[in-house]
Amino acid sequence: MAQTLYDKLWADHLVDERADGSALIYIDRHLIHEVTSPQAFEGLRLAGRDPWRIGANIATPDHNVSTDPIERQGGYAAVKDETSRIQLQTLDDNCSQFGIAEFLLNDRRQGIVHVVGPETGAVLPGMTVVCGDSHTSTHGALGVIAQGIGTSEVEHVLATQCLVTKKQRNMLIRVDGELRPGVTAKDVVLAVIGNIGTAGGTGHAIEFAGTAIESLSIEGRMSICNMAIEAGARVGMVAVDDKTIDYVRGRAFSPTGASWDAAVSHWNTLHTDEGAHFDALVELDAALIEPQVSWGTSPEMVSAIGEAVPSPNDFDSKVKQEGVARALDYMGLQAGTPIKDIKLDRVFIGSCTNSRIEDIRAAAAVVKGYHKADNVIQAMIVPGSGQVKHQAEQEGLDKIFVEAGFEWRDPGCSMCLAMNADKLGPGEHCASTSNRNFESRQGFGGRTHLVSPAMAAAAGIAGHFVDVRDWEMKA
Amino acid sequence: MRAYKQQAGIVAHLDRPNVDTDIIIPKQYLKSIKRTGFGINLFDELRYIDEGWPGKPLEDRQLNPDFVLNQERYQGASVLLARVNFGCGSSREHAPWALDDYGFRVVIAPSFADIFYNNCFKNGLLPLVLSEQIVDRLFNEVEANPGYKIEVNLQEQQVILPDGESFSFEIDGFRKECLINGLDDIGLTLESEPKIRAYDANRRQHSPWLFDVISPEKIG
Repeated sequence: MAQTLYDKLWADHLVDERADGSALIYIDRHLIHEVTSPQAFEGLRLAGRDPWRIGANIATPDHNVSTDPIERQGGYAAVKDETSRIQLQTLDDNCSQFGIAEFLLNDRRQGIVHVVGPETGAVLPGMTVVCGDSHTSTHGALGVIAQGIGTSEVEHVLATQCLVTKKQRNMLIRVDGELRPGVTAKDVVLAVIGNIGTAGGTGHAIEFAGTAIESLSIEGRMSICNMAIEAGARVGMVAVDDKTIDYVRGRAFSPTGASWDAAVSHWNTLHTDEGAHFDALVELDAALIEPQVSWGTSPEMVSAIGEAVPSPNDFDSKVKQEGVARALDYMGLQAGTPIKDIKLDRVFIGSCTNSRIEDIRAAAAVVKGYHKADNVIQAMIVPGSGQVKHQAEQEGLDKIFVEAGFEWRDPGCSMCLAMNADKLGPGEHCASTSNRNFESRQGFGGRTHLVSPAMAAAAGIAGHFVDVRDWEMKA
Repeated sequence: MRAYKQQAGIVAHLDRPNVDTDIIIPKQYLKSIKRTGFGINLFDELRYIDEGWPGKPLEDRQLNPDFVLNQERYQGASVLLARVNFGCGSSREHAPWALDDYGFRVVIAPSFADIFYNNCFKNGLLPLVLSEQIVDRLFNEVEANPGYKIEVNLQEQQVILPDGESFSFEIDGFRKECLINGLDDIGLTLESEPKIRAYDANRRQHSPWLFDVISPEKIG
């Protein structure tokens, strides 16, 4: 029978099925960070259990690390906040006690887990990947079932190498046609979420397909799969093609020699069969997607750059109307205000959604030869990993940012969730390349607008949102 | 895990859709390496007017008098009534830990986000789906009747109102059994250890590239 990509990967990892439909699936790779793992390791110790397969795990601190290059030089000793220091130290202690591989704070391979996994080859096509972080869906871009889990499941995976779960329904999101210049993967996924809503994918594994998805780089596909969870789907994925295999080739943990050849012949089967059944189908015309800006407190509250902030009356249900009214109140925005008139206080370019080399390049191309607007207090560039940072510096991109008055930071999750010192002040508007515009997500009372890296960069220069398609790039 | 015990509980209602886990427990509290102590910071930004941080003394906090959990009539609530897509966003299990630590044992909503829903069951907390119509009606009942209590009989899968009227709800059998008996997930899975071992060995043979990769030495 014709199978979807998800069906194939599910069947390949099925260890056991129970009568009620729940199943044990085998986990190939487990990514660990400091915030959702300490209680899991403690649980293992209390129960006297050992990890099932040490070599399946890889760890790195990311959520709560400083991105200030000077503070970073001092290591954990320089972390001023004691609870943060203990949490970071606990990750190192747990990894060394159990023998788990970890990229330490100032190792060049440290970074956001979802950037580090693929770029080191620790995540490979055909795997099942879990992490105690909802944005684990990112890795689906490599033809992987990747999903976020809670801390109890982190402990469960450590102890059993399996996850107890239920098979999701299959959803296909097709984006066909050609993306207009200046329109990026981020705009595509924001448009998708605006279209199906934040619960539109609940209970489903989403496969993103169509000519527009095929045309994207692996980095772009990661930005899309990353935000599957913002549409409610734990799993987002894209079929393996030549770009996938080219991406994986030669990475530190990628197979070599005969092992590589065997792997590639398996990976080439990782696509949906002709005629396979999907439970839900959404189709978007790529040519109609414009640069997106979120104006509310949920990722579904997005508009195209040329539009105005909507009114609660533009929505049909009472629950939606109240939600929009509350969001506008929180955001300090009037219905009818053109999106381009929204002024920014800060710019954040980073996060597991948009901190890879192509994101940094896109921002640098816009910023080059310009200077940050006076009303923008701070514009931060936070590369996703030490390797991304190094690569960008090799290309001289850091200098472009610094000359423009932008800050060039060390890698980490930073202002995406604002656990560390990088945060918005109350009432401040931020053009952010992250994934969540929830109330206070980026700092108490902060107001987040989700955009692509190029849109965030241009907003930082202009001081308000602009249509990056009209931007004059300086060579 | 603590077993779910049937009890009648006061219902508190939170009237907004898409309540995300950042609202349930803000990130600054995720620095803790413990599973307990999150209850006083449950819904921190709705419950208090001032900005909170770990260790900030309660006497320095300004309560928001408009928030349900700060109102006399909802004190001791153990059932949370909520709107669609409750628990969306971050996978932080600190969200169910905070609800549990506060004293909630049941969360009722028309729908839940997947990861949150799953995390509840690992902590003896029952997420219960009722139709939007019934939830609407319960919101009205809670508003109209101070101290409004309902009973949730998990064994019979019934929500029982004070007047004796009841609604049935769906829950999958395995999760129900785990909740009722307080079963340890890992212990149950390890009953399948021979199957996991067999799978592991077979996979090692057919996909060796998945097994020879990550080691601390290789990171160097």
